Amino acid sequence: MTIGLNRSFTELSHYQSDEYCLLPIRFLSLDTNRYIVSNIAGNYQVMERQDLDDLVRHRLPVHSPIYDHLKANHFLADRDSNVYRDLLAAKYRTRLARLPDFTSLHLFVVTLRCDHSCQYCQVSRVSEDRAAFDMSRETADRAIALMLESPSRQLKVEFQGGEPLLNFDLIRYIVLEVERLADGREMQFVITSNLSPLTDEILEFAAAHKIFFSTSLDGPADLHNRNRPRPGSDSHARVVSGIERIRRRLGHDAVAALMTSTAESLKQPEAIIDEYVRLGFDSIFLRFISPYGFAAKTAKRVGYETDEFIEFFKRGLAYIVSLNLRGIRIRETYSTLLLQRMLTPYATGYVDLQSPAGIGISVLAYNYDGDVYAADEGRMLAEMGDQTFRLGSVRDSYEELFANSPLLSTISDTMLEGLPGCCDCALLPYCGSDPVFHHRTQGDVIGHRPTSAFCRRNMEIMRHLIRLLEDEPQTAAVLRTWI
Amino acid sequence: MDLHARIPQTTDAATFVARLTEDTPHDRDVLLVRGDPTFLRVGTTPSRDIQLPETLSYLRAGDIVRVNEGAGHIRVVYRRNSPHNVLFFTERCNSRCLMCSQPPREIEDGYLIDEILEAIPLMSQETPELYITGGEPTLLGDRLLEVIEATKRHLPDTSLHMLSNGRLFRYMRLAQEIAEIRHPNFMIGIPLYSDIASKHDFVVQAKGAFDETVRGIMNLARVGQRIETRFVIHRQTFSRLAHTARFIAGNLPFVDQVALMGLEMTGLTKANLEALWIDPIEYQPELREAVEEFRRARVPVMIYNHQLCLLDKDLWPIARKSISDWKNVYMPECISCRIKDQCGGFFASAHLRYSKHITPVGGPAMP
Repeated sequence: MTIGLNRSFTELSHYQSDEYCLLPIRFLSLDTNRYIVSNIAGNYQVMERQDLDDLVRHRLPVHSPIYDHLKANHFLADRDSNVYRDLLAAKYRTRLARLPDFTSLHLFVVTLRCDHSCQYCQVSRVSEDRAAFDMSRETADRAIALMLESPSRQLKVEFQGGEPLLNFDLIRYIVLEVERLADGREMQFVITSNLSPLTDEILEFAAAHKIFFSTSLDGPADLHNRNRPRPGSDSHARVVSGIERIRRRLGHDAVAALMTSTAESLKQPEAIIDEYVRLGFDSIFLRFISPYGFAAKTAKRVGYETDEFIEFFKRGLAYIVSLNLRGIRIRETYSTLLLQRMLTPYATGYVDLQSPAGIGISVLAYNYDGDVYAADEGRMLAEMGDQTFRLGSVRDSYEELFANSPLLSTISDTMLEGLPGCCDCALLPYCGSDPVFHHRTQGDVIGHRPTSAFCRRNMEIMRHLIRLLEDEPQTAAVLRTWI
Repeated sequence: MDLHARIPQTTDAATFVARLTEDTPHDRDVLLVRGDPTFLRVGTTPSRDIQLPETLSYLRAGDIVRVNEGAGHIRVVYRRNSPHNVLFFTERCNSRCLMCSQPPREIEDGYLIDEILEAIPLMSQETPELYITGGEPTLLGDRLLEVIEATKRHLPDTSLHMLSNGRLFRYMRLAQEIAEIRHPNFMIGIPLYSDIASKHDFVVQAKGAFDETVRGIMNLARVGQRIETRFVIHRQTFSRLAHTARFIAGNLPFVDQVALMGLEMTGLTKANLEALWIDPIEYQPELREAVEEFRRARVPVMIYNHQLCLLDKDLWPIARKSISDWKNVYMPECISCRIKDQCGGFFASAHLRYSKHITPVGGPAMP
């Protein structure tokens, strides 16, 4: 009875049904008594075991607060309404809206030559032999033609190496050619560089063609120089000066930095983060070292166990949050990406965490020698003699590369929605498929979830974020400002 | 301020819509002669004078009236200098909201649209905004489209806002027809009173209304129509306010703006007073949380019909002076308030009941 309701009106109970059915949900234990329950669109709810038990046994009291909450978030449905299912479908479509728009990221490996000899580096050669390790104009022309066959309206060209600036003439050639042929498409150019060979001429060209830079910054000088040796041991000084010059000429946000974590880094997340703050960056990506190229060979020296990385990540994240609470605005990039997936209905385009996997459909890599790979890591494996992710050559047709290679079967075989261990995991909506990693570490593209470092790392980070959102209101408030 | 008045009754006189002028009258104008008393001079040879009551002494050149001498009635259709001109479409409605300020009546009132279509070409091109209201305007079907077309043609710089329950937009065709007019500045305000279907259906007293409204909003979004969602806060809705904010941010994040509204103490609200009344001070936590949700989701949010002294200072910038000038009042408590000018005040009907926590705000006035 609604007190005070005029008798000519109908009571609430008239509009309510008295039973419910379940919508597709997945659940996973969070800690001793709590579960993460999620639906296919990525709405999640942390529930006590008893409530979850009641939910799935259809014993949840109808129209109680938790019932209403689960109904509004598409965990259950009743006869009051059938529009929630439409909303769920719309959200699922939104999450996958990027799929028809392949392939947007194109990596041009314009040279393998480099002036650095980093401990973890995957592919670079310290060599003067241009002929052996530089991409030719002819190869570049073919790669551009292939790229322009992608249906995507937005294309991003990323120059990779080696140190791509050592072959700047080819970068200039490719940029001008792409602009000439782009035909109204939205183009973006990024040079991934250690910034050591940066010149005023390069800066002028970048300014004229709106080219961005992405660089490596591993932390304070001693750590950075130790990870990234070059003659003179001045890598850090050079990258800092490069960052400043780019910002002066192109604007503060024209350069982004990425860190790679080595065993040495794991001891000092705070110092690394402080260095990013000192240099005026508003985000830092606490990145796992990838098991490719030289990184695998020198694994004993620079590598570490997954659990050590997770501890590093948590400690770093806590420190970043504490900086935010002191008024210093800086975000952790990986957490930001996951939080966007957990807390907003929008799709996020991070190549390494997509299902279907991002290989080929999110990224293509054109190697200096004209080989085409489904991922940057794919060409790194190839440098070690493993050609699994080679799709073909720039001389092949677009159709041959996509349809006449193992790409499509690999993508369909590794969709999380059909993988044992993934298909019923509550974290699936936030996660992705990484066939290159599993091929490298476990010998097949599908892999074995219980022993997968990828799975362990991501599950632990996601659980950690959910616990922070649930249990630490101050931290949660900071995390929510990142999305 | 009165928009209706009695005038002397004259049998056999025709009903007409006319614009007032103080210069030489053109075809659809009548001469307004201001003085004591003020009167309208109708016709030329011979002309007649219609004396106006004191309550309409505010009328000025450019205003538009509907004169029904047969019934002895005059209605102000449009006031040139008002920012709150309303096109009242119909008294009919397919919902019956617990707090409806304009109780629906099942009557034949198609003449209202005829008059609106007559009045639109007479309105000033400088009119900033027009509000379509009812009843439920979409019940007019094609005639609604005619009005939108007429405003686009005659008042190209005037923005148009329509209040609708959105239910009929579950038919994609209606949404498409509206979109095809391509009115340059047209917003549809649609109430969504809960994230829970049965609770919304209860508030609007129509089973299935939630589904229809949500589908309507999705259809309108598909055709690119600008949409505002509205939420009237009262005892039957306030507990789902923050949840509804999350629901909109999660499912309908494309809406252009959201209005969170205080209760107007008129119409059906009076019949359900005890079921609906809640002192706004009691729902401030829910209100703050809802605003926070919308801000996070970057959905523009505004607060209507609330007095500033009840709101967190943090919410002041989004509190709008939303009450139409002709029904806007202040209470005795407000006399010494320093920020009265910035405050939207009350509906005149709030004399029936208003918050016990109205307090004059001291300190420096807002910049």
